[in-house]
Amino acid sequence: MTITDAHTVAQSSDDPFSAEILQDPLPFQERLREAGSVVRLQTYGVYAMGRYDTVRSALLDWQDFQSAAGVGMTDFTREKPWRPPSLLLEADPPHHDAPREVLAKILSPRSIRELEPVWADDAERLVDQLIEGPLEFDAVTHLAEAFPLRVFPDAVGLPGSDRDHLLPYGDHLFNTFGPENFLVQQGAPRAPELSAWVNAQCSRESLAATGFGADIWAATDRGDITPAQAPLIVRSLLSAGVDTTVHAIGAVLHAFATHPDQWRALREDPRLARRAFDEAIRLESPVQTFFRTTTRDVTLHGTTIPEGHKILMFLGAANRDPRRWERPDAFDLTRDPSGHVGFGMGIHQCVGQHVARLEAGTLVTALARRVKTIELSGPPSRRLNNTLRAWESMPVRITLE
Amino acid sequence: MESPTHSAPAALERPDGRSLVVVEKTLIAASVVSIRLRRIDGGRLPDWTPGAHIDLILPNGVTRQYSLCGDPADSGEYRIAVLREAAGRGGSRFIHDLLAVGDRVGLGGPRNNFTLVPSTSYTFISGGIGITPILPMLHAAEALGSRWRLLYLGRDLSTMALVEELTVGSGDVTLHPASERGRIPLAEWIGSYDEATKVYACGPARLLESVADATRTWRPGWVRSERFTARTIDEPLRATPFEVQVFGTDITVGVGPGTSVAAALRGAGIDILTSCARGVCGTCETTVVSGEPDHRDSILSDAEQAAGDCFFPCVSRSRSDRIVIAV
Repeated sequence: MTITDAHTVAQSSDDPFSAEILQDPLPFQERLREAGSVVRLQTYGVYAMGRYDTVRSALLDWQDFQSAAGVGMTDFTREKPWRPPSLLLEADPPHHDAPREVLAKILSPRSIRELEPVWADDAERLVDQLIEGPLEFDAVTHLAEAFPLRVFPDAVGLPGSDRDHLLPYGDHLFNTFGPENFLVQQGAPRAPELSAWVNAQCSRESLAATGFGADIWAATDRGDITPAQAPLIVRSLLSAGVDTTVHAIGAVLHAFATHPDQWRALREDPRLARRAFDEAIRLESPVQTFFRTTTRDVTLHGTTIPEGHKILMFLGAANRDPRRWERPDAFDLTRDPSGHVGFGMGIHQCVGQHVARLEAGTLVTALARRVKTIELSGPPSRRLNNTLRAWESMPVRITLE
Repeated sequence: MESPTHSAPAALERPDGRSLVVVEKTLIAASVVSIRLRRIDGGRLPDWTPGAHIDLILPNGVTRQYSLCGDPADSGEYRIAVLREAAGRGGSRFIHDLLAVGDRVGLGGPRNNFTLVPSTSYTFISGGIGITPILPMLHAAEALGSRWRLLYLGRDLSTMALVEELTVGSGDVTLHPASERGRIPLAEWIGSYDEATKVYACGPARLLESVADATRTWRPGWVRSERFTARTIDEPLRATPFEVQVFGTDITVGVGPGTSVAAALRGAGIDILTSCARGVCGTCETTVVSGEPDHRDSILSDAEQAAGDCFFPCVSRSRSDRIVIAV
């Protein structure tokens, strides 16, 4: 419920990190948008924004809304973070400049172009293997998780066979951006072990001689970053590069499985694969939220957020704001999803977005070539996470050409 | 406020934040003016990092590059400082003699080929107007908690701009006007290679050669320099519409000065996915089959821009009557 108090700061008693709202955040997100541009969440004493224009402006405005105090609920200026802060996600200029510059080059469309034929080939082989088996399967494990785990760790240069550690690590990390609730408690016992494993993958010696990881280390030879920064930048790839893509692919598969007309449209024009992915990101917003912290008193639409306060930005709410999007709840390949904030916006905008697009694009294209129809064969179930919108399982049935 | 002395080309009237207005013009040293620029709509300017430059499209149509010397945290204003080069090709003379407060200029970039990389300590060397990219670096070095020192060479003190802004904290500033102090033993001043120190130099070619000579044994990447006489474009910016043809189809779209290529293509039903719409993120990278792109992005290096084989239609345009792209 939302009310407007005498100080004109809209208040909400909703807990966006409760199991109920994480299960289906859409009604809450609508209440949030309608309550005002800036709303105070009474449960946590933090501010929130859910309208597209406010969220987008705040994302761009790194000066007023800093990331260095953490992009979760924890305020790094007061509490010790559970792991050393990210040099990208949890940093601001000028500290942020060099790591971002290095990683943006390594993951740019021009740099990753050579991966396209390799991943397209890999996607075809995965689909070929899949359709040799039963035509009813779980799209989460067999596609959304399988493909990124197949191509991404190789692209980074991870050596071992224990790369499935990446999923629970990412899951826990994204939970820790929320409050210390049941989800964080569930993940806490394995966190030290998974953290140690991830950290061990980041050294120069443990990475392959070629790949994103080696490219990051090569930047230390040129002096672009320091040897102390390199492992943390590799860690960023491993933290933010897997779960997000898995859930984004899950989102696009779910959208197609529930919109057979859009699947037919894709099959008629495979070039729509790229648009479909961004439209699915807009609709589902695999990364639902991030926090920022005010660096001064900031007044937005008549509401003043005092300095040093946390603001929770609902990317998912912004991506379905009817003020910005016509028929925001529809998955529609005739829509232009450009400008969605599912990858964020501004200096912290997802540096891996081109990699994610390439992964999803090659997989969806390979599926469209072989699969005539795809539909749910049972009710899908959500995997709750404080930050991510995810599917735990998605039973589907496909038919072939 | 002075009234505009030039009617800006139509291309400077773009509604997307790529056209700026001169809000201040001040003589800050002999033959050096400081220019402050804002968006016409007062909106947020593209982000930049120390060492970055912008393309300035002047009302007379020529394009020049200038280092940004303001505060990267000020999202509302760019500052440049321009030396009047009497023997130059006219860009700086135009700025000094004709450009007035209230005039509009076009924006390309910002781009950065001279980024400040992390270091325990920095040795900054600037000659003349080469102080401009260095000034924001001094502030960044302070914020990074690094040690730094600066050697600022000039003909004489009256020609040396921004001197009063150089005491930004703990750094050691050496002003060296040649008229008073003669030649400086540069190699001695720089000292020997030290893993914890990076050298940044900006200034005239002969200064950069001296720095290169003095640092021959240094590790590559530990000495970085930029000439302040960068690429210039003399032919006037295109103010008339051009055509974009989609390769392999009979689709041709006209693009007028008031719209972006991405918007024009979208209007014609061509799928161009953009994200940042500022020439930063790279999402809309598009292959150029033929024609000459007019690059305005912050992504490509000078060499990549010169190759002309791709562009970013959210901000970039065409210099030729027709540009053929593959989508």
